[in-house]
Amino acid sequence: MEELLTLVEKKLRENFGDHIISAEMMRDFPVFAIKRDKIVEVIKYLYDDPEMEFRFLTDLCGIHFPDNKGEELGVIYHLHNMPKNWRIRLRIFFSAEDAVVPTLTTVFSAANWMERETYDFFGIVFKGHPNLKRVLNVEDMIGFPMRKEFPLEDQTREDKDNTMFGR
Amino acid sequence: METEVIDKSKISLGSSPPGIEGPGFFATKLDQVIGLARANSIWPLPFATSCCGIEFMATMAAHYDMGRFGAERLSFSPRQADLLMVMGTIAKKMGPILKQVYIQMAEPRWVLSMGACASSGGIFDTYSVLQGIDRIIPVDVYVPGCPPRPEQVLDGIVKIQELIKSESLRRRQRPEYKAMLAQYGIE
Repeated sequence: MEELLTLVEKKLRENFGDHIISAEMMRDFPVFAIKRDKIVEVIKYLYDDPEMEFRFLTDLCGIHFPDNKGEELGVIYHLHNMPKNWRIRLRIFFSAEDAVVPTLTTVFSAANWMERETYDFFGIVFKGHPNLKRVLNVEDMIGFPMRKEFPLEDQTREDKDNTMFGR
Repeated sequence: METEVIDKSKISLGSSPPGIEGPGFFATKLDQVIGLARANSIWPLPFATSCCGIEFMATMAAHYDMGRFGAERLSFSPRQADLLMVMGTIAKKMGPILKQVYIQMAEPRWVLSMGACASSGGIFDTYSVLQGIDRIIPVDVYVPGCPPRPEQVLDGIVKIQELIKSESLRRRQRPEYKAMLAQYGIE
């Protein structure tokens, strides 16, 4: 997979230069950190380029690292080239105050529900998304449950106290 | 294989309600006759969402056979069901659907909550799971367990039968009953 990393990195650096922040192997997986504003162009390029042909969006999800100041939130894209069975991962990071990302629905229709889910759980707004509303949680939920500050346990219970539940 | 000898002293038949008996007649209260009929012909609506539902299937099948209690005819339409059996985790998003099903049931109606999840949220003390169905609909009988064994479900059914038998015909017209439903936002 090292060859794949080198190949894709070369292609991306030729076309996008400084917008590629880093390219590295994470275990056996090539991972690229991209600047947020160019992410859709990069994925569009990887989709269209006859050599790259990453035409399957395996996954799109959010991530939250509250300790990385200025880069608390992230979105991760998993792409798959089916004919050659290549898989790569692209990551973008940005601050929680400015959690706005361009939508990928212009390239992959499959991104529609994935972006809704990411919005639902992380509160990341996908600019240009045709129908950005909650998909899995109840519509009147306040907050975004996969952010680290969100309390996991149901806050309406009165029967659980510290003596019984070790809190 | 030995032939099983049935000890007839262990067989008990259903008893008639208290009343006055004489040659050729039997007088009792209408409530109790209706209660007896209702209790032995429950049409349950299974609202099964997870592993408790599997245990319920065992309860319905030949080994445990809920039919012995007159409840073998499941109703998959809430409008014809007498007993709502909620079996499994109810996510908050499913809450309004469960409530809708309850509202669609005709009176008299009973609710049996089977298992830890339906009764209290169980191990799923989390933001997405309803912490007990009694937060949205009234419950008559809780069956504890994770999941409960079929015997426990049958015990719950027998408890429901006792409730049905002893229920006064006017109970559901009473202001107390209406006030109880109003607490749940049900007319």
